[in-house]
Amino acid sequence: MFDIDLWREIFQSINKNRTRSLLSGFTVTFAILLFTILFGLANGLNNTFSEAFVDEASNAVFIRTGKTTKAHKGLQAGRTIQLKNRDFNFIREEFDVETEYIASKVFKNITASYKNKKNNYSLTAVNPDNQYVEKSKVFSGRYINQLDIGNKTKVIVIGKLVEEELFSKKSGLGKYINLSGISYRVVGVFSDDGGDDEERIIYMPLSTAQQIYGNNDYVDQINLTYNPSFDYNQAIDFGLDLEKKLKSRFNIAPNDQRAVRVFNRAMQNKGINQMTSVLGILILVIGMGTLIAGIVGISNIMIFIVKERTKEIGIRKALGASPKSIISIILIESILITTIAGYLGLLLGAGILEWANSALKTYFITNPSVSKTLVLSATLILIGAGTLAGYLPAKKASKIKPIVALRDD
Amino acid sequence: MLEINQLQKSYAIGDSSLHVLKGIDLSVSQGEMVAIMGSSGSGKSTLLNIIGMLDEADSGDYVLDNVPIKNLTEKKAAIYRNKFLGFIFQSFNLINYKNALENVALPLYYQGLKRKERQEKARFHLQKVGLIDWQTHLPSELSGGQKQRVAIARALASNPKLLLADEPTGALDTTTSSDIMAFLQQLNEEGITILIVTHEEDIAAMCKRIIRLRDGVIMEDKKVTQVRAESHV
Repeated sequence: MFDIDLWREIFQSINKNRTRSLLSGFTVTFAILLFTILFGLANGLNNTFSEAFVDEASNAVFIRTGKTTKAHKGLQAGRTIQLKNRDFNFIREEFDVETEYIASKVFKNITASYKNKKNNYSLTAVNPDNQYVEKSKVFSGRYINQLDIGNKTKVIVIGKLVEEELFSKKSGLGKYINLSGISYRVVGVFSDDGGDDEERIIYMPLSTAQQIYGNNDYVDQINLTYNPSFDYNQAIDFGLDLEKKLKSRFNIAPNDQRAVRVFNRAMQNKGINQMTSVLGILILVIGMGTLIAGIVGISNIMIFIVKERTKEIGIRKALGASPKSIISIILIESILITTIAGYLGLLLGAGILEWANSALKTYFITNPSVSKTLVLSATLILIGAGTLAGYLPAKKASKIKPIVALRDD
Repeated sequence: MLEINQLQKSYAIGDSSLHVLKGIDLSVSQGEMVAIMGSSGSGKSTLLNIIGMLDEADSGDYVLDNVPIKNLTEKKAAIYRNKFLGFIFQSFNLINYKNALENVALPLYYQGLKRKERQEKARFHLQKVGLIDWQTHLPSELSGGQKQRVAIARALASNPKLLLADEPTGALDTTTSSDIMAFLQQLNEEGITILIVTHEEDIAAMCKRIIRLRDGVIMEDKKVTQVRAESHV
């Protein structure tokens, strides 16, 4: 029920006692200001972390090979380990449940030309799954598909910057690019959040590259993403298991660090995640502390206000004010001051963060803004805080005996 | 309209207790104007507070307008105070940030009346005490006598059965006191029952009945011939 008279009473009381209201509001404004800035900075730090690793899927695992460094099972050290298509098939079958997407890669550096434009790019021959492992966004045309692999078609998917450079910012879709003497049709153009280097890549079907460059079934690297339902520990176990099985497949000593290298993002993520969650807890503790200090502050001032208004409350009671109406007056005043002052702090904090945004970039803090949900929850917290801060004083006020309050001093 | 039987009240002071009212029997009927007299510590203010439901008796019966006043919850006491009683205090007790009209309208707010109705009634009562031209003034802009008249208007606003005045002229000079008393006499003639606590003989003489208290008992209870207060307005 909206009681306009109650609000009139409250606004009159706030308005007629401006200094008092301002003072109590200031505590809350300051607390929320600090809270917002802290939260924003933490958020910014988190953003920096997540932005630094958006290049590939966060559940990516990379497998590379090198030379053995230890003799094992009668085989000498210094043996070159080469991944082949059958190793790809082995992993896919052996770890069917554990892998989400899996792609083989062959790397080459090539010179690409279109009409009179010419430039050097890195060529990567891949399976269709690679799109999801690399998180490439195809914005025109399509990616390499299974048909391309089967038919060894001469098609390529080019990065945004390749298109810009070779086609002078016009669409390259359907055009033919010459790669070291052979023409390939451009079937797709992609963008990638990983930065400029990622957008200077030309993708080609794996089978096509294997036939043209060496006529073999060699693979330079296998990238996969693990089952996204895995937690960090499951993912790390999977990575270790994968490494162990590959080592035994290639007859490599279990403690050989070089021959097969499995790089697991889960390891990295676990560390980052632990750090950000510790940071988050820290921020939460400090933020809550500030907030509690604000609540205690306003509670104190409300107690003082009640003390100051003892006589007035006594008069009101003598005139027939029920305890409930006294509680509402004090409580709503507290909530109103807290909410308005808190909101002011929130706006101020958000403004400062916005203003300092560019300056903070140097300190690894990216886009330190506060989200809508935070604003919404902060509003609810503020109303809750106002209630909490006002409740005890209001209860105290309702217990004032008019006879005591009206005694002439 | 007011019946009090064997009313007792004591206050705890440290370990000992102070027996303030030692069995008061009192009956006041409609239309009376009663002065309650006594030196300080005689219990006259305590008696008034109990009658005003600002305080509760330890034992004894109190019936106001056929309603027994006993074991009241705070809420009930508030409703009764609002419905039955009008208070006038020595120090006026106006709310300092509300203007005269708002002060008079306050008990009506607690009665749950609509704003328009409240202001209308409040204006009527301000008119009655002759301060309609001062309705937008704050208490700090009014003289003592004017403040007390605003307080009287406020006490009258809820149409009480009983007007309780605690030293209503205590903070006023003689002329203003006499004005206020003349006004109270006029109200009494219109049928309102008035109880005045005072220690001034000449104020008491302006009532129709004087009750003298000493050490918590009624020493004397007599009807007197009313001295007309001289109005200077």
